[in-house]
Order: sequence, then structure tokens, then C-alpha cells
Amino acid sequence: MSDRPNPKEPGFSTLAVHAGATPDSTTGARATPIYQTVGYVFDDADQAASLYNLQTFGYVYSRLGNPTVSVLEERIAALEGGRGATATASGHAAQLVAFFALMQPGDEFVASKRLYGGSITQFALTFKKFDWRVHFVDPDRPENFREALTPRCKAIFVESLANPGGAVADLEPIAEIAKKAGVPLIVDNTLATPYLCRPFDWGADIVVHSMTKYLGGHGNSLGGAIVESGRFDWFASDKFPALSKPEPAYHGLTFAETFGDFALTMQTKAVGLRDLGPALSPFNAFLILMGTETLPLRMQKHAENARAVAEFLAGHPQVGWVSYAGLETSPYHQLARKYLPKGPGALFTFGLKGGFEAGVRVVESVEMISHLANIGDTRSLILHPASTTHRQLSEEERIAAGVGPEVVRISVGIEDADDVIADLDQALAAAARP
Amino acid sequence: MEQDHYPDALLRRILREVRTIAMVGASPDWNRPSYFAMKYLQIKGYRVIPVNPKAAGTEILGERVYASLKEIPDKVDMVDIFRASAAVPPIVEDAIAIGAKVVWMQIGVRHDEAARRAEAAGLTVVMNRCPKIEYGRLNRELSWGGVNSRIISSRRRLEARR
Repeated sequence: MSDRPNPKEPGFSTLAVHAGATPDSTTGARATPIYQTVGYVFDDADQAASLYNLQTFGYVYSRLGNPTVSVLEERIAALEGGRGATATASGHAAQLVAFFALMQPGDEFVASKRLYGGSITQFALTFKKFDWRVHFVDPDRPENFREALTPRCKAIFVESLANPGGAVADLEPIAEIAKKAGVPLIVDNTLATPYLCRPFDWGADIVVHSMTKYLGGHGNSLGGAIVESGRFDWFASDKFPALSKPEPAYHGLTFAETFGDFALTMQTKAVGLRDLGPALSPFNAFLILMGTETLPLRMQKHAENARAVAEFLAGHPQVGWVSYAGLETSPYHQLARKYLPKGPGALFTFGLKGGFEAGVRVVESVEMISHLANIGDTRSLILHPASTTHRQLSEEERIAAGVGPEVVRISVGIEDADDVIADLDQALAAAARP
Repeated sequence: MEQDHYPDALLRRILREVRTIAMVGASPDWNRPSYFAMKYLQIKGYRVIPVNPKAAGTEILGERVYASLKEIPDKVDMVDIFRASAAVPPIVEDAIAIGAKVVWMQIGVRHDEAARRAEAAGLTVVMNRCPKIEYGRLNRELSWGGVNSRIISSRRRLEARR
């Protein structure tokens, strides 16, 4: 199948294999080598000064940039249809570094309340220590974002496909609200991946990823990414001094003036990674890069298996509900058809009629499916959020995030769908035994 | 020429054939974008002659600054414009007069009428682009910063200019 919106551009599968990765200029090595290296020699003092001043392109120190990591960055930027990307040590680091570029002490942002539990904690509690304040809103009514905006708000943040409930964000009107407010829309596209949804096509300005999930795809490497569309005008207001004003942390350089449409990509490296420090390991970059090559193939299988598993669960007598947006009964079905026409991902929740106890019994009874706190692996993974990932939230916050006591989350892998279903079937049977 | 799309082959040809660039609006301040571009292009082997009436007679990065294009005694292949769009037409007239082959307007600089005038006089025109960024992109150096070069290739990196 071809994913070729513009016939002049290479298709998605071609980008997944090739973008960013030409043969090594010195050795001709065709696969991207692992540059497990920290420092890079200067030709002379003048060239060193040019590099430090960002007047010439090149590597200085791997916290700021590394030849293996930058191949991955360009790959992700190309897959998202963006201008540039910065890789980070984890998805959480990507969020920190992205907000660090946008926010000053005392600033605020509006976020969907339907987010990965770890992001809710990061935004509500840890960001508070930087004097950044978040306003959570119900994303199902886009107007809620507009109503929550204050003059100090510097961004709107949503997950395109929310973890864990699989809710689909109505990106187009939310992007319009952000645009009118003069703030960027940041979309966490981890669960959808650019194969299923490209937020920039719907007006988003920044995409963040936990590459640990489907982009890497094999449950072996942490990584995060910040991607910029290149379309946000940092000079339109005084809201973003780190980009539009001389940066005191960089000798008075004005990033948006010097680097234009990839200002954020440079700022997040030259200031964000330099001063906060969460650079991606070259070895992780290599493994994630290898994962991206098969992203289209894996996402097709993930999506196909998820549909089969969701349909099985929806017909099971012990299951009260299934949140998969591909089911016609889902309130997100129409949004999924619009934003995720190839399938609404492979992560969703289902509710057990037997409540908390049944949830615990099911996750303890699976044999092939793994009981662990990760998603987006080739392997099918299962979790009972109320007793694990969302344990630190209050009961009220858990309900708001869509993870009540009866909720089980499944990340459907790329095994044979029949085997995933058979394992769930026996685990449900075990949970039903007295 | 469609303003927002210049084929890579055209940009490569310009960057390969040009030797001497007159940079109109070159700044002596180290943290200004024009200074960055001038320094980078010098590193890549181009001669860059700064044009800036306010700094005329001084030197920027080892090159004498001229008040206008017409005062430059040497042959100029390309005129790189770091000025507001409204200031472009007389610069283009001078570029035609001194026999430049290329007029290149920086990011954010665009003047369609002046571009048509230059093209009618046989010059090649690029608008709303930076030669430093395009050189870096085409030679994969921009990729070192995680920027999307839009280049797919199974060949080793070869510089557009030797």
C-alpha cells in the first residue's frame, strides 16, 4: 500500500527505512553505525569557536548532538512531516525539554485531563517546582480548552490517542483554538505513531513522543523526541522569549531569528539538552532507529490484532465494556475514522464486571501476555492501572483518567491474534472461578 | 519560478558555480544571523564581500566592507540580501548592473516584482531561503542538528562544492 499524500515526496514506508540515514560518509557503512562517542575534535581554535557559537554545524559533545542520535532525529522529523526533531532520554524528558523552551516561571498551560498517568503527575506536581501551572480540561468538548486559557498560558497539550482509554482528541478544532490564542498545540503522538496519525496535518505545532513505545517497538530502549512543524511564528507575540528574544543563556543569540523554522530544534539542544542534560544514548538511538524501519509493518499488525482482540472482548460475558475506538459503539468512533483511518492503535482498556478483584485475577492469570508497565511492544502486555501505574493518583483523578477499579489495560502485540485471544480467554475463565 | 519550491538540483548548481558572494546587510555583530552566514560561507570556501553603508571602510571577518554593490572592485557572482523586502528593488538594480548571475534573498525576504525584473535580465533568483541553511541541508550538515533535509540517498555524502 502507498502512503503518498504528495507524489513529489517519498512514501511513508520509504521514509521509515531511509530518512536521515545515508551511507556513512567516511566508511560507506550502509546501516547507521553506533557512534558510542562523547567528544569530537576541533580543527583549530577558530572552528571550535564557530561550533560553540552555533555559526557552523557540527558535533561538539554528545549531550548536545551525536551522529547516531541525529539520524534518528531526522528520521522522526521526516515521519511526522516536521522540520526538525530533538531526541531525549525518555518521553518524560521530551516533555520537560519542550516546556522548558516555552515556559517562564509563573507561566501556565492547558492540558487534556485524559493523559498517561505519569504525565498528569509530571505536569501537576513536578512542574509546579518550576512555578509552571497546568489547567486540566475534558478534551471531548474542544471549547473547554479555549475557556481555560489565561494570558499566562503558553501551550495546549493533548494526546492524539490517549493512554490508557484510547480516547481520540479532536485535533482540528483544538489546533484552531491554539492558533487563535497564539500558543502552540503540543500533541503527544506516542500511541498513534505518525503511521496512524500525523498531528501536523491537522494543525499541531509540536509533537512529542515516547519513542520507547511503538517507534522503537521492541521494549528494549527508552527514548523521547520533540518534533517541530516549522510553522509556528515565535515572533508573533512576546510570549516566547527563549525563542524570540536574545537568549542570555546563549550569549544573546536569538534562536528564531538565526534558525528560522527550526529554532525550537536548535534551542532544545543548545539550551535544553545542554543545561537540563537528558540526552539520548547512541546505543538506544541505534535500536530505536532499527525499530522505525519496520514501523509501518508493525503498526498494520498491531492495528489488525487490536481489532480482533477488542471484538472478542466486546462479546465476552464477563466484560462490561471495551474502550477501543474502532468499535462502532465507541463514542470516539467518528473521530477515529477521521484522524486514525488505518486503525485507532493497539492500546485500550476494558472493564470487568467483577471489579477490582477480577482485574487483579486476570493480570495474574495470563500466561503468554506479560503483566508489566509498558506499552507498544511486539509482545502483548497487560496491566491493571488502579493497582499499578495510576496508584499514585487519587480515586477522583483515576476516574477522570478513565481508570476505575474494574479497568484493565491491554497493549496488543504482533503475535498471532488467536493466541492473544486464547490467553485472555483462559485468564478470564480463571478469574471467574471462585 | 514557484516561490516556495526550488528544486535541489537548482540550488546545488548555484552553490557549485558561485565563487564570490556580496552580502548586502552584513553585520559586524557576532550574534547577528548575517555574521553567522558569512562566517559559515567563508569556512566553505566562498569569498564573501560585506556591503553595509554604516560599516563602510571597516572590516568584517577579514573582508573590507563597501557602502554599495557598485563600489565593489571585484567580480561578484551572487548577491545575498539580508535586508527588509521593501529595500530589495534598488539592490536588484545594482546586482544587474554589476553583472551578478544570482540574486538570493534571505529567509523572510521576498519581492516578486524585483525577482521578475532580475529574471528578465537573465539572473537566477532565490527568495525566502538562506544559502547557509541550504548548503548545510544539501550537504547533510543540517541533519547533524536533527533537521529534516528531505534527502533520500544511497550514496555517500559528497559536498556540492569541492
